Amino acid sequence: MSNRTMKRYAPIFLLPTMVAFTIGFIAPFILGVYLSFCEFTTVTDAKFVGIKNYIRFWTDPSDVFLHSLWFTALFTIVTVLLINVIGFAVALALTKKIRGTNLFRTVFFMPNLIGGLVLGYIWQLLLNGILYNFQRNLKFSEVYGFIGLVILMCWQQIGYMMIIYISGIQNIPGELIEAAKIDGATPKQILKNVTIPMVMPSITICTFLTLTNSFKLFDQNLALTDGDPSKMSEMLALNIYNTFYGRNGWEGVGQAKAVIFFLMVAAIALIQNYLTRSKEVQQ
Amino acid sequence: MRKFQKYFAAAMSAAMVAGLAAVPAQAEEAKGSVYYLNFKPEQGEDWEALAKLYTEQTGVEVNVLTAASGTYESTLKSEMAKDEAPTLFQVNGPVGLATWKDYCYDLKDSELYTHLKSDDFALKDGDSVYGIAYVIETYGIIYNKALLADYCALDGAVIADASEITSFDTLKAVADDIQARKDELGVDGAFASAGMDSSSDWRFKTHLANLPIYYEYQADGIGSTDAIKGTYLDNYKAIWDLYITDATCEPTMLAGMTGEDAAAEFALGTAVFYQNGTWAYGDITGNEVADEDLGMLPIFIGVEGEENQGLCTGSENYWCVNGKASEEDIQATLDFLNWVVTSDEGRNSLAKDMGFATPFDTFTEEYVAANPLLDAANEYIDAGKTSVAWCFTTMPSENWKNGVGSALLEYAQGTGEWDAVVTAFVDGWATEVAATATAE
Repeated sequence: MSNRTMKRYAPIFLLPTMVAFTIGFIAPFILGVYLSFCEFTTVTDAKFVGIKNYIRFWTDPSDVFLHSLWFTALFTIVTVLLINVIGFAVALALTKKIRGTNLFRTVFFMPNLIGGLVLGYIWQLLLNGILYNFQRNLKFSEVYGFIGLVILMCWQQIGYMMIIYISGIQNIPGELIEAAKIDGATPKQILKNVTIPMVMPSITICTFLTLTNSFKLFDQNLALTDGDPSKMSEMLALNIYNTFYGRNGWEGVGQAKAVIFFLMVAAIALIQNYLTRSKEVQQ
Repeated sequence: MRKFQKYFAAAMSAAMVAGLAAVPAQAEEAKGSVYYLNFKPEQGEDWEALAKLYTEQTGVEVNVLTAASGTYESTLKSEMAKDEAPTLFQVNGPVGLATWKDYCYDLKDSELYTHLKSDDFALKDGDSVYGIAYVIETYGIIYNKALLADYCALDGAVIADASEITSFDTLKAVADDIQARKDELGVDGAFASAGMDSSSDWRFKTHLANLPIYYEYQADGIGSTDAIKGTYLDNYKAIWDLYITDATCEPTMLAGMTGEDAAAEFALGTAVFYQNGTWAYGDITGNEVADEDLGMLPIFIGVEGEENQGLCTGSENYWCVNGKASEEDIQATLDFLNWVVTSDEGRNSLAKDMGFATPFDTFTEEYVAANPLLDAANEYIDAGKTSVAWCFTTMPSENWKNGVGSALLEYAQGTGEWDAVVTAFVDGWATEVAATATAE
């Protein structure tokens, strides 16, 4: 087909996707931003109040938005590091010629197939079972909750990141490694100067995925600790949910927080993407 | 071939657009229909059966949706935003009404209201009637008569009969002694675990907290307030201390203990006392504890004159009709409600299947629920004891309850001080009243 016919028919081909995208994303997004400036009980019946919603929660003593922000930030840093380092290490090990690599890959990947809520409840049982010996449980303090969430998140995500790293490592041309070996490079040097630069695209994807996943974590948080004790293990997404549904008259505030949350996630993701992209090398 | 591809692609994209636009066309109902958003999951199936029966008899469509436990408010919020919004929903009292008042139809001319025994069971604002209670419930300290009799038979028991427990001091003496001799009695503790999981914490942050509020209202002669003083918080501390010390588990375990844990402990006979209400009958019946061994004690907290205190009786289930629904739907809903409380089928279902004690004059003697806990409640009323009103419906917000609950838990597990409970109770009340006020 010539270029001109392509252009002529472009709207027809774009239309279905655009309609779906508008219904599924653009419309709710605009409505959501609008609602953040409103007071309402049901979303169809909103009253415009200006930026009040963006101010109210900072000074409310029972609102833990700031605490949630720090809790989430710390959680994100810890899990991004752990998941990627361990995921990469496992991927390295499983691209070596050892028996049963396929079995191991499958086993490590499996946790990712289970839904977050189910995982949360299963891990709650497991961890409480251990803590029971000390007459404690997960909801005793936010430190337990934090560690529990980190363990759960690592267990779920490492396998997934491992698969991405494995494909990255397998795509490195054999002659590069061979040449490095002939030049007398030690395994350490090969890892640092050949493997890591060559899998940089995978690292970009994996850090992006883990970063946004951790920052937006909801199901696992809800199932494992539900923000207990005293909302101290409440992460941002759960905090927003609880503000919207848990406090009458605060629906708009929840919406305002969600807008702030969106801006934060977008900013972090863009910065991260820029930083890791700039380190990628051409083959 | 190329032509075929072109048409094929065009057809495919047209199909996708059509798929998106396809909204099931609904036949216009001239009669009106009923959509009930039910609050109580325990009775969800009974309501559905009743709705089906009504549709068979009258041809009016009745849909029942039951919100999962603890999600009523969020379900209601999203359902109300729909075109096909519930025509019948529930609020939990004056505070819940404040949120939904704009949606409530005035029921003062409805036939349902004429059947209501007393205005105590209506949510009124001036002359308007916005909500009508349909179930009266009672809570207190449920106890296992057989186990308590076993205890009384022990040497050196503090009391000889359960009827001697008429004050906090006696209750505490008995509980302490049972706790000390729990192996002799074969129980794990005097009280079932005071779990602070969200399936159980309302028993303490809402129902137990009702008592200090009730007595403060009594002392000050008021029915609600913008600023609670916390006059009886020391009594609240005393009963909470009792619950967490003389219990089946260590206080450090409470954060994760659920409502089912407590119900199971009591139902299997490993705890003697269990704070809960008439609605718990379904959970505990059919286990180790025989129905005739179920008794209920008032929650004594050590206030003067409490020997005349009865159980806590009230309602937090009010029917409201959606005033924003179409007129036919409103009429259909009112007709349905009237049928529920006047027809044989409706009364049978409410009293026998759902086990409700109702505030309607149509429920004559043959329509009384079979529930030993209700019988216990009636005994106290017959004995002339003063029922404790459900003042917790005047608590300023859900957020206030959560604040008190968290502080209670931290105090119990030793990670917080009692002062934090006092702060959450007194200061939190004022802050929440202010926060809700600015929202309107």
